[in-house]
Amino acid sequence: MTHQLAAMAGRGRGRGRGQMTFNLEDVGIGRGDSLPPTTFKPSPLFPAMSVQPVPLQTGEEVEYMLALKQELRAATKNLPFYIRRAANKRDVDRYSDKYQSGEPKDSTIEWSPDWSRLPKELCIKVRKPQGKKPIPQVKRLKKPLVGKEEILMKLETLEKKEEAVNSEEEEDDEKKKTNQEEEQAEEEDYEEDFEEDTDYIMSYFDNGEEFGGDSDENMDEATY
Amino acid sequence: MRGNRRSLRHLSQNSTNSDVGPPTHQRVRSAGSPSCIIQTLWAKKPIKKMTAQEVRLCGLLLQEHFGEVVERIGTHLLRGGAQNLRTIANETNTPLDLVKKSLCVLVQHGVCDFGSGRRGPGSPVEYRGNCERVLRILRYPRYIYTAKTLYGDTGELIVEEVLQRGHMTMSNTVKTVADRLTHNMEEGRSMEYSEVVSSFSKLVETHFLQRCPPVAETATAAPSATPATHRTPASVTPPTAESNPDCYKLPPVTLTGRGKRRRSSDDGEEPGGVKKAKMDSESCGDEGIYWQVNFERFHQHFRDQAIISAVASKLDQTSSEIVRTMLRMSEVTTTPTAAYTQPLSANEIFRSLPPNYSISRPILDQYLSLLVDDPMEFVGKSGDSGGGMYVVNLHRALANLARATLESVVQERFGSRSARIFRLLLRKRHLEQKQVEDFAMIPAKEAKDMLYTLLSENLVQLQEIPKTPDHAPSRTFYLYTVNQLPTARLLLQHCYKTVANLIERRLFETKENKRLLEKSQRIEAILASLQASGAEPEQLTEVEEMITAPERQQLEALRHHINKLDSTENQVDETIFLLESYIISTKSK
Repeated sequence: MTHQLAAMAGRGRGRGRGQMTFNLEDVGIGRGDSLPPTTFKPSPLFPAMSVQPVPLQTGEEVEYMLALKQELRAATKNLPFYIRRAANKRDVDRYSDKYQSGEPKDSTIEWSPDWSRLPKELCIKVRKPQGKKPIPQVKRLKKPLVGKEEILMKLETLEKKEEAVNSEEEEDDEKKKTNQEEEQAEEEDYEEDFEEDTDYIMSYFDNGEEFGGDSDENMDEATY
Repeated sequence: MRGNRRSLRHLSQNSTNSDVGPPTHQRVRSAGSPSCIIQTLWAKKPIKKMTAQEVRLCGLLLQEHFGEVVERIGTHLLRGGAQNLRTIANETNTPLDLVKKSLCVLVQHGVCDFGSGRRGPGSPVEYRGNCERVLRILRYPRYIYTAKTLYGDTGELIVEEVLQRGHMTMSNTVKTVADRLTHNMEEGRSMEYSEVVSSFSKLVETHFLQRCPPVAETATAAPSATPATHRTPASVTPPTAESNPDCYKLPPVTLTGRGKRRRSSDDGEEPGGVKKAKMDSESCGDEGIYWQVNFERFHQHFRDQAIISAVASKLDQTSSEIVRTMLRMSEVTTTPTAAYTQPLSANEIFRSLPPNYSISRPILDQYLSLLVDDPMEFVGKSGDSGGGMYVVNLHRALANLARATLESVVQERFGSRSARIFRLLLRKRHLEQKQVEDFAMIPAKEAKDMLYTLLSENLVQLQEIPKTPDHAPSRTFYLYTVNQLPTARLLLQHCYKTVANLIERRLFETKENKRLLEKSQRIEAILASLQASGAEPEQLTEVEEMITAPERQQLEALRHHINKLDSTENQVDETIFLLESYIISTKSK
């Protein structure tokens, strides 16, 4: 029986393209019926639809869930779980980079997970927001005074000066702790201008690389 | 801009707490396999095979919620099974720190879990992705809305916070939610912590929130090669939340306080308040007890709702109330994957009917017999004691719902006559070509056409039945047939593909109009700051006119398109839920 099948297969190949292994009539295609034309290329990307889809559901519930979905999407972008790649290093290190970092450059994590629930190998330093800002501020204010004192009373009161400086710093530390909350609260207000103790407003460090991106009007006026 | 579009008090609670049954003892769960005796390695647990469509959809969801870095790591994990840290970093070409950060995010949200490696406790930790958990992200709005209907705004915000953060401690949740509620209240009023705590405890009692499972010891402890660890047989299957007996126990802490209103402008007025906020952030006594949303419980609720609304539309409101009562009574006594509820006697049902539905006992019996006789077989009779013992056929109901979905899909895509053929084949199982034409009462040519269209879409299959051993074509029966389960799986994959396409189209539309969107955002920010600092109307109109009229039209059209795409995603997700529930219920039968 197998050689019969092989012979049949051999006979079918080459001669008569329409030969198939099963009887066409049984499937339902009778003799002389016109078959749909053979396809030569893949089906179109947006085929014409013979029936229109049913319109979407409407109602309060649907609207509310829609608003929820969009709000959730917007909110997740601001959560610390949204990880952005660190900004690429440009060709030359620019001074303004120090004051303009929007994206995280180092390998810290912005939220503090419970490390006891994670394997040890995943442990990364947690970035502390607004870590030590008040400290350099207060120290800097005291330093000129200390300098003046050193110039005025050099040799004799050297030890006393050191003690005075230490005790002043200790007092500063105590004052800092009680004032820190208030200062931090105040700082949030002028953080934009006051980051990282420069005297310049942040837009001072705009190096002009983002300028000219949006306004395509007024091109007739020459820029100097 | 947050919170502008939906006012928290806008929608009223339609279903009362009586919908969700009384909180009682925990369910008795059947004992799992004795894995403590057999040392089964965690990494050898069979992974659910994932299709290309599922992976694509998961990738898009991860990208939208956690960014591209996490998306790359997550997709790699989902495709490749369990891998350790180095492998992931090398194969995805990502710096190690970013990989670590992404894994922390994924573990926090329950998408990824970890365990000791293939070669025993000494090998590096392996991570594995969980595809189903990523697909749940699509359903977040539905969960939050359900919490709102059951427990009001407080419940809604609690569930929203826990969903967004993955898992949280109770104290953290209560504080954040109280602050948010206070922010939306009028000046001078604030939200008590105790109210939020009571909503939280209600959610826990009815099992909508559960404790996170404790982490397996072998994974977090530093691997040490002492003989002691080798001898102890490690049951390294990751513990589920339900295996913890304290799963639904509230931590014994009392939180007192009120929500704090975040003031951006006036800090000088409340220095005391700010200080107090700092002191409250210290430990509250419930460290280490994290809560997560119990998705299975929500799914049970959705399933019950689907059954009740199906009964309501097929029969009438009273029948649906009776079924609702029966389901509520069986909430705590039935496991989620049961095929039918525990038997309930008619007397019990009569006693538990809601008070505003006062029907007499004979009428109730008539309704019950109507429900039993209905061809949909929602309710079955399992005995005669106690006035008749009745069960709700959960699996049957789900199968009927899935079947209705399939039929509706065929009807909408191919017309009502093709749907007739489809329904016929579902009922009669196997039919020949000629029989299909006769039973469906459709002329031969058209019937052939429709059958071949359905066949090419794989909704209908051909079954050969040979008369003779040599399978000669002239002596074989060719029968058309429809199998419900494979067809449901096929449609489910179509749904995943649909949602992925919708997301991609939405991203495309947003990208096309990026410049316009950014401009409008900037102008809104300028307007807001001008209004805050009290500008005159002329200045405001001047700023508003910076967007030209055709641009406004374009923005409007864009907003309309994006709303439509989002709404469609939500609706397709409902179909996904039905089909998934049916498939899971069939598999576990």
